[in-house]
Amino acid sequence: MSEPLVLGFETSCDETGVGLVRGQTLLSDALATSMAEHERFGGVVPEIASRAHLEAMVPTVHRALAEAGVEASDVDAIAVTAGPGLTGALLVGLAAAKAYALALGKPLYGVNHLAAHVAVDELQHGRLAEPSMALLVSGGHSSLLLVPDLAQEVQSLGRTIDDAAGEAFDKVARVLGLPFPGGPPIDKAARAGNPHAIDFPRGLTGPRDAPYDFSFSGLKTAVARWVEARQRAGEPVPVADVAASFQEAVADVLTAKAVRACKDAGVDHLVLGGGVAANSRLRALAEERCAAAGIVLRVPSPRLCTDNGAMVAALGSRLVEAGVAPSAPDIGADSSLPIEVVTR
Amino acid sequence: MPDAGAVPWTQLRWAVVLVLALDTATSTLVAGLARWSPDGAAEVLAERAVPSGNRHAELLTVAVTEVLADAGLSMADLDAVVTGLGPGPFTGLRVGVVTAAALADARDRPVVGVCSLDAIGSGARTVVTDARRKEVYWATYAADGTRADGPGVSLPEELAPAGPVVGDARFADRLGVPVTPAEVTTAGLLRAAAAQLADPAGLSASTRPTPVPLYLRRPDAVPPTSYKPVTTA
Ligand SMILES: [Zn+2]
Repeated sequence: MSEPLVLGFETSCDETGVGLVRGQTLLSDALATSMAEHERFGGVVPEIASRAHLEAMVPTVHRALAEAGVEASDVDAIAVTAGPGLTGALLVGLAAAKAYALALGKPLYGVNHLAAHVAVDELQHGRLAEPSMALLVSGGHSSLLLVPDLAQEVQSLGRTIDDAAGEAFDKVARVLGLPFPGGPPIDKAARAGNPHAIDFPRGLTGPRDAPYDFSFSGLKTAVARWVEARQRAGEPVPVADVAASFQEAVADVLTAKAVRACKDAGVDHLVLGGGVAANSRLRALAEERCAAAGIVLRVPSPRLCTDNGAMVAALGSRLVEAGVAPSAPDIGADSSLPIEVVTR
Repeated sequence: MPDAGAVPWTQLRWAVVLVLALDTATSTLVAGLARWSPDGAAEVLAERAVPSGNRHAELLTVAVTEVLADAGLSMADLDAVVTGLGPGPFTGLRVGVVTAAALADARDRPVVGVCSLDAIGSGARTVVTDARRKEVYWATYAADGTRADGPGVSLPEELAPAGPVVGDARFADRLGVPVTPAEVTTAGLLRAAAAQLADPAGLSASTRPTPVPLYLRRPDAVPPTSYKPVTTA
């Protein structure tokens, strides 16, 4: 059998993503985003995102098919994010994917969003080494995963116990008067700053703390306190130094824990994913520390790190290839789908 | 993907056509198949009304599969899709609308949106359904069935219903009048869609936009404070 053509749907947050892959080859990656509509609220408003998904769904499917130069009837299987994510947003993509699967008579795979973030790297760097470690960081998740078999078995080693790393970027950006989403403007401001100017706290790095869990709430509060103290004293806020020092704290904790997890588990491949993986300091520090520890680092391009439909298609393709059974016709969405459930 | 031999939908005017009707505006999802003819007659071939609460996404395509099986037909036989646009609770409502749009798109058939309240009861009436937050969605209709007012959303106490009231009988006390229980039906959806189905030229081809639900309320624009997908059981 030739490699399967898989259509993937992703609507777990504010991006309407529809992508096509054949085997592990990326054919198209169509995206619509409602980010601009959320800006003034400083965070994604679920109802606004859901309304935008509905409007964008069919046109985004058309763009994905046109970019790939295929017909819907050519598709061999359909994959869709079944969770985790925002319930109302997930349901638009799930219902659409179920309808296309029914109308086209193709199998449907409801998949885990986090596992899809790992799978997308195969579109750029080829077959994943198994086991691999994966560090996924975005506005919605901060997770450290052990991946013995991407199609069948993914284990959670650690996760954030409070804010996602991306949320901390958004909140610190707000404190500094930078736009939402906070990742890119902080990255940019930090380039002119000194990462060691301010010694912000590294959450959960004490000897008795959970070795692979994360906490960014304390860091976020520390930054806000530091900035507010300056403002109260009538002193100027050194935005570049604050941004650089905050970013350094985040990158330091994330990479230190990921490298430690690799060493502890005897795993020599690390995959980065999620929107925060586009952060230049995180990438640089990960490269440095992985090189020092003899770990092969794999990072998809920023476009594929953020949420998109191709990542879901990539995981779907893996599932088809592994002969995993498709989802039941009455599959639903699960906003807190555990990572151990690769497909449901 | 047009099927060879299928009636091009631009010629619906002249043909008896097979219509799939869907509605998820209330807690009972409706999926029905009907033969509709340009004289307005609709013969319902199969129908499922499933009390699905907030499980529309789980159960809707299952119900579609069932009505097709009941009627001994397949997706390839469909000529058009009709969907209720609400008003109704948003999350469930969108499931029906996006399902209808996607089914229609995948089969290259038109999708027609109608006000869900139009598909409840018939003749002169006021229709009320549950809008949650202690409110009702409502619309009033003239004797010939045309909508005279609405759809709107109000506290039942603030409504002065005209004519007999049909719909969600749980609101009788708060409306102060009897409410005859009635729900969305396939026949009702077809009746509400008749004018649009009779004018296929109005359903422009590949550029047709997805019908927009009758939300009636603005989004609650409160950013989530705790969107943290859990990654451990
Ligand atoms: Zn994501």
